[in-house]
Amino acid sequence: MSKLNDTVAWIDQRFPLTKLLEEHITKYYAPKNFNFWYYFGALSLLVLIIQIVTGIFLTMNYKPDGELAFASVEYIMRDVNFGWLIRYMHSTGASMFFVVVYLHMFRALMYGSYQKPRELLWIFGMLIYVCLMAEAFMGYLLPWGQMSYWGAQVIISLFGAIPFGIGDALTLWLRGDYVVSDATLNRFFALHVIAVPLVLIGLVVAHIMALHEVGSNNPDGVDIKALKNSQGIPKDGIPFHPYYTVKDFMGAIVFLIVFFTIVFFMPEMGGYFLEHANFVPADPLKTPEHIAPVWYFTPFYAILRAIPSKLGGVIAMGAAIVVLFFLPWIDRGKVRSIRYRSTAFKVLLFSFVAAFIVLGYFGLQPVTDAGKWISRICSLIYFGFFVGLFIISKNEKTKPVPERVTT
Amino acid sequence: MASKRGKSPGQSPGRSPQSTTGDVAIDATQDVSAAGSELANAESSIRTDQIDPGRRRMLVTGAGVVGGLGAVALAAPMVASMSPSERAKAAGAPVEADISKLEPGQRLTVEWRGKPVWIVNRTPDALGGLEQVQSQLSDPDSENSIQPAYAQNETRSIKPEILVMVGICTHLGCSPTYRPEVAAADLGADWLGGFFCPCHGSKFDFSGRVYAGVPAPTNMDIPPHKYLSDTLILVGEDQQEGVAA
Repeated sequence: MSKLNDTVAWIDQRFPLTKLLEEHITKYYAPKNFNFWYYFGALSLLVLIIQIVTGIFLTMNYKPDGELAFASVEYIMRDVNFGWLIRYMHSTGASMFFVVVYLHMFRALMYGSYQKPRELLWIFGMLIYVCLMAEAFMGYLLPWGQMSYWGAQVIISLFGAIPFGIGDALTLWLRGDYVVSDATLNRFFALHVIAVPLVLIGLVVAHIMALHEVGSNNPDGVDIKALKNSQGIPKDGIPFHPYYTVKDFMGAIVFLIVFFTIVFFMPEMGGYFLEHANFVPADPLKTPEHIAPVWYFTPFYAILRAIPSKLGGVIAMGAAIVVLFFLPWIDRGKVRSIRYRSTAFKVLLFSFVAAFIVLGYFGLQPVTDAGKWISRICSLIYFGFFVGLFIISKNEKTKPVPERVTT
Repeated sequence: MASKRGKSPGQSPGRSPQSTTGDVAIDATQDVSAAGSELANAESSIRTDQIDPGRRRMLVTGAGVVGGLGAVALAAPMVASMSPSERAKAAGAPVEADISKLEPGQRLTVEWRGKPVWIVNRTPDALGGLEQVQSQLSDPDSENSIQPAYAQNETRSIKPEILVMVGICTHLGCSPTYRPEVAAADLGADWLGGFFCPCHGSKFDFSGRVYAGVPAPTNMDIPPHKYLSDTLILVGEDQQEGVAA
């Protein structure tokens, strides 16, 4: 034991090891009333690690070449030892990443975790979300199936809606060819494997540093730093380790049971995680009968389709994401948690979530007139949430917030 | 003066060890001329608070601008490397299509510049419908659409019955489906046949002209093409001289 202590002391003189561990783990005091919704931050980190590790092993056998890509994925699935497991973990990981991130974001909306002083924390989180979407989109091209190809064709063409000739020049530059081709595949591989992950990891570090600087919010939205004991430790705080490491460990086990159930028994998830059309090699001459993005993009895709104008649709879709960045300033309320906010807020939040889910459903379906109108209504509700929140939060009738967290 | 004084305390922590060594150096080496005296001057100027903020700002800005230009100069070739390569540009050669076996109502697909190009032999009924749908179109005269001048007419073609068209939707680049059947169940009783994009529901008539109220902004593109003989079409080259841009 003393040998270990000596080693740690030796390191501490040269690198702030103990200081870092204390600051971020053993002496990071988190509110003691975290509930179910607080699992998803740690789980996102777990999925990120799964994606990075499985991704490294996939690149060892994958070939980013228009002629070879599709076959190399089949090779991984059939001939590489445990290749099927590594690939299914990666493809399931992509969808599960969005599951945990959407739940994590919903938690922030519910408990006002984006409100002052956590605006930057929220913005780093939103940047992570945008990076994640880029990462998922570029990764989806790599198997070079029909859905990969035409999905990329549609998404890249979105930029073509920018007027003044910029759009066409930009799409040409992004593709590196006049159509989605080998050049596009190769650069998407580079961006998917190194560029975006580097940015993503940097943003995750910034997100955690910002969190530990301001401290965690909690289901009551109470500022635990306002009440400290004689040692300067928040009265309602408990050290992250061992209390929350144990809790998150439990959450991770349950999550992994679900995760591997999908990996082993339903990796395609009925066409939602891996779309059926993607088992056909890319054919630049034939669009599949029905093309839809993977489920996590469909709410935005439905907004795009709801608007009968190319530029208008693209703007609306972009605005649906951009508006989230401004949430800390759109919500002018002083009370964070939904527990003490008005009924109006609850109605707004749940209609927003409902609209998001309905949009997600219609984004998966072929175009119909009814679907188009329902998507239009839900798009209005989606944007209406932000307008409504801005209005009601000015003079919101809230319940009194307790001084200490409740159990 | 006030601002200069205000700055000096900020400098002192970083400067103090230097000035100590400076003092020692000056005391020990009285006779070292050029470099020594310059150092001494520099030291005394710091001691007398004669920092020139204008000069400092100029140096910082200058270094920033030069460094920025360097960064841009370095980024330019990398950004340019992502544009289509010379090989990709050269791959756009014209392609020939033999239409001798194309019966009325049939469609043939050839690949040109990686894109599908459709050649459709339209029936007289299909051509007759072009007039009827005129009022439902958003650009019936193809004024805002891409086609060679010799194909800017109602049939958007050189020979009325033979349509040569890039099979890519002008909305987001899907390849629409060929739906020649009149009054198709999913397209409504007034559907006179044409092309339908399943991705986002854009509708086009038998000339690839877009209907109003759908996401696609313009009619589908007509590529440059010419007839080498009655039954042989060359896609990618204009009827007149020269290859299209």
